[in-house]
Amino acid sequence: MRLDQRLIAEMIEPGTRVLDVGSGDGALIDHLFRLRGCDARGIEIDMREVTRSVAHGLPVVHGDADHDLAHYPNDAFDYVVLQRTLQAVERPREVLRQMLRIGRHAIVSFPNFGHWQLRLKLLLSGRMPMTAVWHTQWYETPNIHPCTIRDFIALCEEEGYCVQQWMAVDEEGERAPWRRSIRLANLFGEQALFLLRREGDCPPAA
Amino acid sequence: MNSTSPLDVGDHQHATFPDGLDLECGVHLPALDVAYRTYGQLSARRDNAIVICHAFTGDQYVAETHPQTGKPGWWARMVGPGRPIDTNRFFIICTNVLGGCMGSTGPRSLKPGSTERWGTDFPPITIRDMVRAQYKLVRSLGIERLFAVVGGSMGGMQALEWAVTYPDMMLAVMPIATAPYHSAQNIAFNEVGRQAIFADPDWYGGRYWEHNVVPARGLAVARMMAHITYLSEEALTRKFGRRVRRDPKDAQAPEASLAMFGDVFEVESYLRYQGSAFVRRFDANSYLTITRAMDWFDLAAEHDGELPAAFAGTPVRFCVVSFSSDWLFPTSTSRYLVRALNQAAANVSFVEIETDKGHDSFLLDEPDLDRTVRGFLCGVADHAGLA
Repeated sequence: MRLDQRLIAEMIEPGTRVLDVGSGDGALIDHLFRLRGCDARGIEIDMREVTRSVAHGLPVVHGDADHDLAHYPNDAFDYVVLQRTLQAVERPREVLRQMLRIGRHAIVSFPNFGHWQLRLKLLLSGRMPMTAVWHTQWYETPNIHPCTIRDFIALCEEEGYCVQQWMAVDEEGERAPWRRSIRLANLFGEQALFLLRREGDCPPAA
Repeated sequence: MNSTSPLDVGDHQHATFPDGLDLECGVHLPALDVAYRTYGQLSARRDNAIVICHAFTGDQYVAETHPQTGKPGWWARMVGPGRPIDTNRFFIICTNVLGGCMGSTGPRSLKPGSTERWGTDFPPITIRDMVRAQYKLVRSLGIERLFAVVGGSMGGMQALEWAVTYPDMMLAVMPIATAPYHSAQNIAFNEVGRQAIFADPDWYGGRYWEHNVVPARGLAVARMMAHITYLSEEALTRKFGRRVRRDPKDAQAPEASLAMFGDVFEVESYLRYQGSAFVRRFDANSYLTITRAMDWFDLAAEHDGELPAAFAGTPVRFCVVSFSSDWLFPTSTSRYLVRALNQAAANVSFVEIETDKGHDSFLLDEPDLDRTVRGFLCGVADHAGLA
């Protein structure tokens, strides 16, 4: 399991109901079932991964974030997880809305387009930046909706989501130290990880 | 070994229920025979039983040589020691469906207290009636709760019906290459088959046995047409293409390939063989009864068309499997089923297996299907804490 998946697992209360959207090889749901006693299920777009997951006894359905979340009832889950996928969905705002409709919490990770290397490359070369994280040519990339950490926070404010926890994570999934300042995290964090709640469910502001 | 006449019921292991069965149509079936086979051992805790539901023209001989055709069991590649449905671990039960012709009560059975066969007087039955007959058998074997119900095609309809009718009766259900309702296209194909049987001069209004014949041509045509729907265009092309038959026996007919009729193309010869083999083992009235039962199948019908309501609050774990080239029970319908299950917040897995073999894929060598079946059952056992 990737290190950032461990960080996600730590955000999830034991014994809860979890939907992992884009469950890949099923490592997270397997971990959540075995070690945290969760009723963890997956949705995965890649049929080979689905078959492999089901063949390992994991409850995974073939589907995708854009089209399949709408078919779940309200409050079906305690957590809905979307790992490193938000930038690749057709309608990120709608996907977030669906996640927080069917789940009490949403856990979202995405690559941060505000990272300094990307900014510098675009500034100096005038070409679409290519880095270890953003490594596909603009005409082939599935990442059609890149955003920065500050963009994402702005969207959460606009939609009225409560950011319960957030952290910057480096490419290996290790937690990065930029916790105090969103601006620094936005400059130096390669990946971002957010735990969101619906506004109505938020504790009163301290 | 094929000496059994198609009119014979034959002798099959069965349980008799003298209290009969109340059918959905309102008729009480006064006596009920359920023919069945079992494989493996029922555990001391009676928690390892799997019901396998056979498809339309299948029967209870899942994993052993068929006593009438001499062919291997229809799912011998899936069910057996060390197979994906492992008889070293699970106790397998398969019944011949109500309305069938391999020993369970059906149109070929004698009317109770009479020397007359039911024939076309056999009451209309439903998939739920079939499942309720299976339920009686399962309970009579001393089993309170099943581990799973598994079935493909019409067997998948029964598996779904099990989940809807007896949701607390099993841990898991695996509907394969099936649908929660019979579509207009499915019904249309069935109707062509039925009309082919009616059009056979040997049909005699359904009382063919009185004339010691069977409507073999009509039944064979029905089977040939249905068989096309079980395959895909790619599979037919791969197996036969446009190849013309080169049978040494036909060599004396010099221009065989220019003949108007007869077995010109290989695909025709294949279908004719399928048709003629079928009429030796299947009863025409059973064909009519069972196709009608499938046509009536619609799990949402009791819920004003709301399929999720049929599964509301279900504790059952589902694994839905479809095949990419199956146009009779297409993936789109399986996805519709999966979405309904999601809407009911059911625990569901869903796999579409990539293959060009069409609807019949569930009976064929598909390693991804084997892995899915084995893995799903293991996962359910894991979750349930079963050794």
